[in-house]
Amino acid sequence: MANAHAVAPLGGRLVTPVTVVLAGLTAIAGVILLIRFFFGIGAVTNVNDGFPWGIWIAYDVMVGSALACGGYAMALLVYIFNRGEYHPLVRPALLASLFGYTLAGASVIFDLGRWWNVWHIFWPGYAQINSVMFEVAVCITAYIVVMWIEFSPVFLEKLGMKDVKRKLNKLLFFFIALGVLLPSMHQSSLGSLLVVFGYQVHPLWQTMLLPLLFLMTAILLGFAVVIFEASLVSVGFKRPGETSILARLSRIMYWTLAAYMAVRVGDLVWRGALGAAFAPTLEALMFWIEMLAFSAPLVLLASESSRARASRLFVSAVLLMLGGFMLRINGFLVGYETGSGYHYFPSVPELLVTIGLVAFEILAYIVFVRMLPVLPKHATH
Amino acid sequence: MNINRRDFLKGALAGGALLGMGAEAEARPNKTMPPQALGLLFDSALCIGCKACVAACKRVNGLPPDPTSGDDPMWDAPLDMSAYTYNVIKVYKSGTAVHKDQETDGYAFMKQSCLHCVDPSCVSACPVSAMLKDPVTGIVSYDAGACIGCRYCVAACPFGVPRFEYDKALPKIGKCELCRHRMADGHYAACAEVCPTGATLYGKVTDLMTEARRRLALKPGEKTVFPRGELGGPDQSYSAPAPKYIPQVYGEKELGGTQMIKLASVPFDKLGHRPLPERSYASISEGLQHTLYSYLILPAAVLGVLGVVAKRNAKHDDDDDGSAGRGRK
Repeated sequence: MANAHAVAPLGGRLVTPVTVVLAGLTAIAGVILLIRFFFGIGAVTNVNDGFPWGIWIAYDVMVGSALACGGYAMALLVYIFNRGEYHPLVRPALLASLFGYTLAGASVIFDLGRWWNVWHIFWPGYAQINSVMFEVAVCITAYIVVMWIEFSPVFLEKLGMKDVKRKLNKLLFFFIALGVLLPSMHQSSLGSLLVVFGYQVHPLWQTMLLPLLFLMTAILLGFAVVIFEASLVSVGFKRPGETSILARLSRIMYWTLAAYMAVRVGDLVWRGALGAAFAPTLEALMFWIEMLAFSAPLVLLASESSRARASRLFVSAVLLMLGGFMLRINGFLVGYETGSGYHYFPSVPELLVTIGLVAFEILAYIVFVRMLPVLPKHATH
Repeated sequence: MNINRRDFLKGALAGGALLGMGAEAEARPNKTMPPQALGLLFDSALCIGCKACVAACKRVNGLPPDPTSGDDPMWDAPLDMSAYTYNVIKVYKSGTAVHKDQETDGYAFMKQSCLHCVDPSCVSACPVSAMLKDPVTGIVSYDAGACIGCRYCVAACPFGVPRFEYDKALPKIGKCELCRHRMADGHYAACAEVCPTGATLYGKVTDLMTEARRRLALKPGEKTVFPRGELGGPDQSYSAPAPKYIPQVYGEKELGGTQMIKLASVPFDKLGHRPLPERSYASISEGLQHTLYSYLILPAAVLGVLGVVAKRNAKHDDDDDGSAGRGRK
């Protein structure tokens, strides 16, 4: 059993054309952030009083953390639903989640106008527990800590600290449980953030089921990202594919998706909001892109044989990631309007910071899997 | 324990139902106004658009000229509220715009500033208690010392009131605080102090509401008395014919009520004041959160179940060498 789950560092060169480009993009983002901290958020972004949150929140935090739900979804599957056969996918998924969440959490600082006060969120006397953002901030921070603890056996292995590792393993089940509970809480609350906006969020997205929609899509995105990353890793690091295990995973993803679509469409019909989808508006167009991205995998992955095809799996995973992206961007930006006369589209520097953040994440992932025991060991390698 | 797809779906559905149930459960009711709450009555029909209130607000709050004033910084003529302008008078124009307070071919003025909601979204949204509602006066105040600059209040406010300094390295939120910093000296809201026609009137909200109802009950053209400055303060009243009003006090019921209430002769949605439900968004949002997280009972129960299951399922990993949590050998 242990051999089937064996993991090992990949080794190999760290300085390659790919890593150099990624480092360059990270550096550009760093320079823009310097400007932001000296001259204000408006100096590099297009956010305004009508759109006080731009892509640094809607993408970096909302989408970024959802895309980092691979570790959550796999932990749910392996440790809660006891699907041990997916064990080889856990560690790489957890690593991607670790970076995704750590960076989503850290990137909040870029967007906080008065960032030096950020500790107030956790401080009695300042903390305002009725705020949805309080719940989100506390849960995300706690989850980042929990993930580093969950991942620490990897460092302990590297450092040869067997005793510490053995003791930690005795308690690991508790951190695994927390690692499932906390994302369930804050991923749903990321949707609840929109509830207090009231009429300012378009009826296609304003619903009391927002927490459920955000939670279900976070799990879906978790599965999709695991498939996406496993596909990229097998191509990028020239390793044999893991299509058979991914095909089985995709079946679970398929039924989760079917349940999500039933809830999403049912809610729209129940609230009588579906009519707004047929109005000639930008919101309706973006809604249909979102719904198509979620619907297409229902067709693409309908049969057992189609799920065994690596290309279909990959395309479906990408479509689901697009769908989850659209749901969040639509809810927070496209479907948000506080009054007429306001416009928002991210500025180039604003985009470059987001791109730099993603680049840094990929760079760190490459460095980690080459140096630490994360990926399953293959006989061919 | 090995589960099949049916069990997985069952579990997923049960979890979903739990969340859905929470979402449907009855939320907390709207908050109620403190009995001594202070506020403003703005009467659009009395406003002559002189903007003395805009200038006075800037003066007493030490606000610089607004960057949106245009190319000529000699004139501070803000078009909208901003972090440097807490109060503006906006104009509604239609057709030839010659008749005051007429919907067609007319014009009308409207004051835009913080409405000091009875159940404010900004207070509910703020994660660090930087936005607070005074339990006695009901004034919605802002504390820059607590603020983290997340702008959740800016996004949440249904009236677009709190604004942010996007052009500053060390920015703040700006909004009307009803001149609470001047009250110790016996002053009150500067906009009401300087208003020459009493269009902006300061006082206890209950008194202001009585005054608003009195005006709505007048026959148009009937001679009546309009107080100025502070309702119940030194007499500065004058007499004038009663205007024709839309029979509505904006802010009486909207989102659970506001402490700045308004009268107008042109429908409010034409004056940038949309119809709003009586249920406050803060009560909906907090009701949802309280249902899910009341005393952390639900999360604790879920954590307990997850812990038991995870302990059982993670254990067999250790069987090989007693140390490899992730089964490495």
